[in-house]
Amino acid sequence: MRPVAVAWVVPVLVIAALSLLARPSSAPPDAAGPWRMAFRRFGRNRGARVALAVIVALYVIAALAPILAPYPPNATIDMIRMTGRPPSMTNLLGTDLTSRDVLSRIIHGARISLSIGLLAVLLSMTVGTLYGAVAGFVGGVTDTVMMRIIDALLSVPRILMLIAVTALWDRLSLPALVMLIGLTGWFGVSRIVRGQVMALSTREFVIAARSLGAGGGRVLARHILPNILSPVIVAATLGVSNVIILETGLSYLGLGVQPPQASWGSIILDGAEGVSAAWWISLFPGLAIVMTVMAFNIVGDALRDALDPR
Amino acid sequence: MRAYLARRLAQGLVVIAIVATATFALVRLAPGDPFAGTLDGPSVPQEIRDAWRARYAFDRPLPEQYRRYLTNIVRGDFGYSTSQRRPVRDAIAVALPRTLLLMAVALAASFAAGIALGVFQARRRNSFADRAAGAATLTFYSMPDFWLALMMMLTFAYWIPIFPVTGMTDPVMYDYWPMWRQWLDRLHHLVLPATTLTLLSTAVIARYQRASMLDIVHDDFVRTARAKGLDEDGVIHRHALRNALLPIITLFGLSFPALLGGAVFVERIFSWPGMGLLTVGAILQRDYHLVTASVIVGSVMVVAGSLVADLLYAIADPRLRRA
Amino acid sequence: MTSIPLLSIANLRTYFHTSAGIARAVDGVSFDIARGETLGLVGESGCGKSVTGFSILRLIRPPGRIEAGSAIALDGEDLLALDDEHIRAIRGNRVSLIFQEPMTALNPVFTVGDQVAEVARIHAGASRKDAWTRAVEMLTLVGIPDPAERAHEYPHQLSGGMRQRVLIAMALVMNPALIIADEPTTALDVTIQAQILELLADLQQRLGTSILLITHDLGVIAEMASRVVVMYAGEVVEEAAVRTLFASAHHPYAEGLLAAMPRVGRVRERLTVIPGTVPPPTAWPPGCRFHDRCPYAWERCLREHPPLYDIAPGHTSRCHLADEPERRAHPHPPLVVRDAPG
Repeated sequence: MRPVAVAWVVPVLVIAALSLLARPSSAPPDAAGPWRMAFRRFGRNRGARVALAVIVALYVIAALAPILAPYPPNATIDMIRMTGRPPSMTNLLGTDLTSRDVLSRIIHGARISLSIGLLAVLLSMTVGTLYGAVAGFVGGVTDTVMMRIIDALLSVPRILMLIAVTALWDRLSLPALVMLIGLTGWFGVSRIVRGQVMALSTREFVIAARSLGAGGGRVLARHILPNILSPVIVAATLGVSNVIILETGLSYLGLGVQPPQASWGSIILDGAEGVSAAWWISLFPGLAIVMTVMAFNIVGDALRDALDPR
Repeated sequence: MRAYLARRLAQGLVVIAIVATATFALVRLAPGDPFAGTLDGPSVPQEIRDAWRARYAFDRPLPEQYRRYLTNIVRGDFGYSTSQRRPVRDAIAVALPRTLLLMAVALAASFAAGIALGVFQARRRNSFADRAAGAATLTFYSMPDFWLALMMMLTFAYWIPIFPVTGMTDPVMYDYWPMWRQWLDRLHHLVLPATTLTLLSTAVIARYQRASMLDIVHDDFVRTARAKGLDEDGVIHRHALRNALLPIITLFGLSFPALLGGAVFVERIFSWPGMGLLTVGAILQRDYHLVTASVIVGSVMVVAGSLVADLLYAIADPRLRRA
Repeated sequence: MTSIPLLSIANLRTYFHTSAGIARAVDGVSFDIARGETLGLVGESGCGKSVTGFSILRLIRPPGRIEAGSAIALDGEDLLALDDEHIRAIRGNRVSLIFQEPMTALNPVFTVGDQVAEVARIHAGASRKDAWTRAVEMLTLVGIPDPAERAHEYPHQLSGGMRQRVLIAMALVMNPALIIADEPTTALDVTIQAQILELLADLQQRLGTSILLITHDLGVIAEMASRVVVMYAGEVVEEAAVRTLFASAHHPYAEGLLAAMPRVGRVRERLTVIPGTVPPPTAWPPGCRFHDRCPYAWERCLREHPPLYDIAPGHTSRCHLADEPERRAHPHPPLVVRDAPG
């Protein structure tokens, strides 16, 4: 087995090469609107285009999982002869220790990991934006108290918080898992939003709107929220990669997605015990994670560059 | 300056109090209580269950429990660990230094490597070397810690068996070895878990340092330094780097939660008997006192980390020093 | 005047190669500076005057580039032919720069003494202690009170005027032959401006340094310079003795600048300004670059790029009026007024 000692490094390098394409774009002055300009700047970034294509492809694969996967995710092929088989023509990425097809499990796992990523982040962004907007807009003692709470919540590593909660509540249903991950992910965003709201509420157009008799809620909805959209979009994109790492981590500890359901994390867990003998079980889902997270990171970075040109 | 630090310290204490309260609430909200798993079976008589609950004041009204809980924490009494079968304080006293060792090595190594790499990249901006290094840091940045740990183990403990698979010392020989050999053995066991944490953390720091340097080189004083006749090394290392390091100090404070989170997985995979392993074990065995204490100790470390960062910042930035 | 000028710039072209096109910030500039002279370089922002100043010390960073065919000679030595090490030996030593923004031109994390001393350490190889002594000397020279104390302070602890004095001290450490002062007073209060200018003039008297004074303020020129070069759109449009320019400016742009200058004892109904703005350096207008803002322009100005005409000895102007002076009698509103963007 020694010749393949660096086998896992090779695909990582290939994935890494993808990001070599990414290049910061220097945008010439442009007369179009800010969103159009941002869109164009994003479009000029070759790496970001590739990464976006990867993300779209991943979601398509996840959506078509039952069609694309050669086997059902939990089907044991042959418990006697087909356990822990290395990659071959019939099982491209090998079989796991209960003779399930690793490729099929990864494809089905994409459904779980990708949808949890999206839904949890949606929840985080909503809660975080509202919380931050209220703190920034009301200000004063309310703001101080609200921000101290955020400080406290940020001082506990998120994974530790999640481990504690998931363990206390025993077996979690998927919606509960999404809720939990989502509800531990909004602290950072609320800080960003609060800062933006505070900066914006002293700006002329907001003061003007207020002096014209617009109520607080109206000012918030019409004048401030649209302006904080771009940092939130960036945070959301980078948040998805974070959530995917967290969910797979929890599932790896056996606390997230419950067996036999396939998540990238739980597949790695399935392979962890026998990793020295059946390395393919843990290797490939990990590569899937790296590729996905990296694509989201590249898109997130490119969005930041595009939305906040300096 | 002193007033500023005092205020930050007070803020830190408030943060820890909030964490302690939240943890208390969480444990009470969860179904069952600390004794549900161990005591609530048909084999345990009701009187014994009641006695144990009474001993830990679980029969009292919540406000009183909360008050006791807080006073105990202040006294450093975190209760008894059911999974470790000894006081929580003792269990933590053993595990904490091991985690601190792991984190300290990773912090030192990753800051040294990350800063050097970031500066290197900034100097050769957009060159092939910069982009290759950028691809490498992005890859590690996108890697789940548990998977990297597993792959490191697979590669350097199984395929190329130059490092031990798990543990902190050799399970058989350690006690028979002389002192120097014992140290060597510990170091040998430290390499893989520390490297895993370092690789992940280096990626973050290098990305940040590069961006910070690229920000600074556009500043006027960098041009002044060039106009003085300073060579490029002097401009970068003396003038730009000194300023670009300031934001990195903030990152130092922020890296504690990430490292602590990473330590949870790394310790589990390499069976490194520190806080991470202790905490995960406590959670899986519903050892409520130990869970609570671990979370609080974790947040104390994070708060302390950000305090140290503030202090370093105040020392490093003359604009804050006398303010 | 000696036969070779201290500094001689000939056909200097500094272009910025950006993705939006080539910005010809400095486009064929020539002038000389004599020993001990103060030469004023004046123009609106964006005319290329600062880029000219930075080009002399080759402080242009990519995507900017000094194009082939340009020549800059210091004491007859071609600065553009020097390798990196030799041009560094000139920076801060024989030619030094004073920057526009005293707030940001000093490094916030070093004491001002350190920053002044650094120059002596680079160029004179002075020991730490000697360099520090020299720094305190220089701070004394530029009129900083309690220089020995102040040397230990950081830039943020000093006022804007004091910081500018520090920058001047830094420029003077090696007793340079030429100081390039880029808008040295723009960022300062009016009273401080006067003090700094006085200091510069006094130091020049005592040390015999040449100064290239880059400014948009003709008032500063009147006070400090003996000769003036007017730049517009990357080119020299007029060069004359200061008295001559103030008495009889030839180029309509210089005329406009003078008219726009507030002067003591002159009551004006409204502020005169030159209509329009400097065109973007990626697209200079054809013909005379000033034609769209010029009150005298006629069709020749749209078509034919004017050369530098000799008006009198030591007085040149890049305007076709030198050929057809009678047209000055009939001013008209400018042809095209380019509005400031936004």
